[in-house]
Amino acid sequence: MTRRPFKLVRIARAGGHASILVFFITFLAFPFYWMLMTTFKTTIDLHDVSKNPFLFNEPPTLEHLAVLFQDTQYLQWLINTGVVGIAVVLITLVLAVPAGYALARMTGPWAQTLGIAIFLTYLVPPTILFIPFARIIATLGLQDSLWSLVLVYPSFTVPFCTWLLMGFFKAIPRDLEDAAMIDGLSRLGAFLKVVMPISLAGVLTAVIFAFTLVTQEFVYGVTFITSASSYTVSVGVPTFLVRGDVYFWGSMMGACLIASVPIAIIYNLFVDRFVAGFTVGAVK
Amino acid sequence: MTTATANAFTAKAGWRTRLADNERLLWPLMLAPAILYIVLLVGFPFFLSLFYSVSDVTVGSRSMNFVGLENFRRVVVSNTFWAALKNTLIFTIVSQFFVLVFANILAMALCADFRGKWLVRLLILLPWVAPISLGAIGWLWIYDSIYSVINWTGQALRILGPNDWPIWLGQPNLAMASIIVVQIWRIVPLATVILLAGLTSIPQDIHDAAAVDGAGFWRRTLQITFPLLLPITLVAVLFGIIFTFTDMIVVFLLTRGGPYDQTQVLATWAFFTGIQGGDLAGGAAVSLFLFPVLMAVAIVFLLLARRSEVT
Repeated sequence: MTRRPFKLVRIARAGGHASILVFFITFLAFPFYWMLMTTFKTTIDLHDVSKNPFLFNEPPTLEHLAVLFQDTQYLQWLINTGVVGIAVVLITLVLAVPAGYALARMTGPWAQTLGIAIFLTYLVPPTILFIPFARIIATLGLQDSLWSLVLVYPSFTVPFCTWLLMGFFKAIPRDLEDAAMIDGLSRLGAFLKVVMPISLAGVLTAVIFAFTLVTQEFVYGVTFITSASSYTVSVGVPTFLVRGDVYFWGSMMGACLIASVPIAIIYNLFVDRFVAGFTVGAVK
Repeated sequence: MTTATANAFTAKAGWRTRLADNERLLWPLMLAPAILYIVLLVGFPFFLSLFYSVSDVTVGSRSMNFVGLENFRRVVVSNTFWAALKNTLIFTIVSQFFVLVFANILAMALCADFRGKWLVRLLILLPWVAPISLGAIGWLWIYDSIYSVINWTGQALRILGPNDWPIWLGQPNLAMASIIVVQIWRIVPLATVILLAGLTSIPQDIHDAAAVDGAGFWRRTLQITFPLLLPITLVAVLFGIIFTFTDMIVVFLLTRGGPYDQTQVLATWAFFTGIQGGDLAGGAAVSLFLFPVLMAVAIVFLLLARRSEVT
């Protein structure tokens, strides 16, 4: 083979690499850019087909955000989401931390089978369970109450976090506990005093992901909750702001953006740990 | 009295220590709460769903009668069922095919080191991270029939004629294509991140050795990267299939199954039948048609887990 013009190949490769990234960034991030533009555009500017929609043809406005916070219960929806999220995270931790640890340290033929069985329950989707749940929630008298969500959401956060935590606990060397037990701690004591402190990052990851699962959930929310003051963000924005023929696009896009971006930034910090914990059981 | 309390206390402490050290008791006790919760809140409703599907239960009724397979018969003779089944399959297969292709390309592009990588990653992850119902609302605005930015750009670039103004969510084929695009948009980030984890776990030595032996980029990709990546790719694909096959958010928010049930999928139809129509039994029967695919995916997972246990 003749010597290739090395520099040219490198430039071509860098160009190819950059254009792949540009394509995907445009495709994946465009809706969020569009939300940002729409949030601050005046209504007239938004609906003028003759003008370039990518620019502010009139000065930006805060009018849509004012409508969002003054004329809708958006703030209440954010609070509801936060309250449900915190309650669900607490329940999830109480159930999933011990279960994850037991699964990580148990020996015997059915330890792994049990782990996989718990994980598989995470794959049973709300779309199969929401009909019986609607009846159960009605029987318990919890329709239209945030308690219905607090009760039901752990049905997917518990299996998910148990699996995630099992992965983290497995990565901690057993020797650490053995040493602590020689020093006089019980098995449970070693777990609480030795394993838990070094697993804090793993537990925090589970907290973040349980919380985001709650903010994402839609099907149960739309089935159980009917009054606007009890909506969560993911249900409130599409149900309340898309009514009749009038779409409050500016306010709606602002609502989407405000609820999305903070979660995205936190999530991004934890995503590597998440993938490590999540896939360890499945492929290793 | 004091001695007795002291004795009781030591006895209790002893009992506690013994429990805390007895793994045969400790493991089941630590697992029990989680398993109990899962059995009550996943297992029980699931069997209730099976039970409903062979009954005549509705939202208002207090009584419930066994009707055998009547609900399933009712579902299967309905035209909407076959349309929804076909749409669900098209929706899942087409979107997950593109997800697989896109995620592989993107994961390889993100594997290299470059400046501003964290920002690129943040932007690329946004669709997965943001609540999907809100992302879908963003798309609803992009596809808007009157002010669609796609149409504006198309006309500005002369791809669309001056009087061409496709109604993305209102014309049958376009509506299906539109919701598929949103589903791809939503799943690609997750699949990319999973594949990226797989890529970074392949030791660089293997690539170096192959490069020394004269293997070029394509040869290394096809003969080293893809085979080593296969198990984790399978994980990504299985998740994509489940999240697509069983989910209703995108369709529910963008088209509500319309126009004329052209984008109706099993999940949305179960919702409209069971909750909005009040026919709990019928809705349960429809939703149970999702189950065979879930079973198949679960079996693949189990095989995958067993195989990796052997190696």
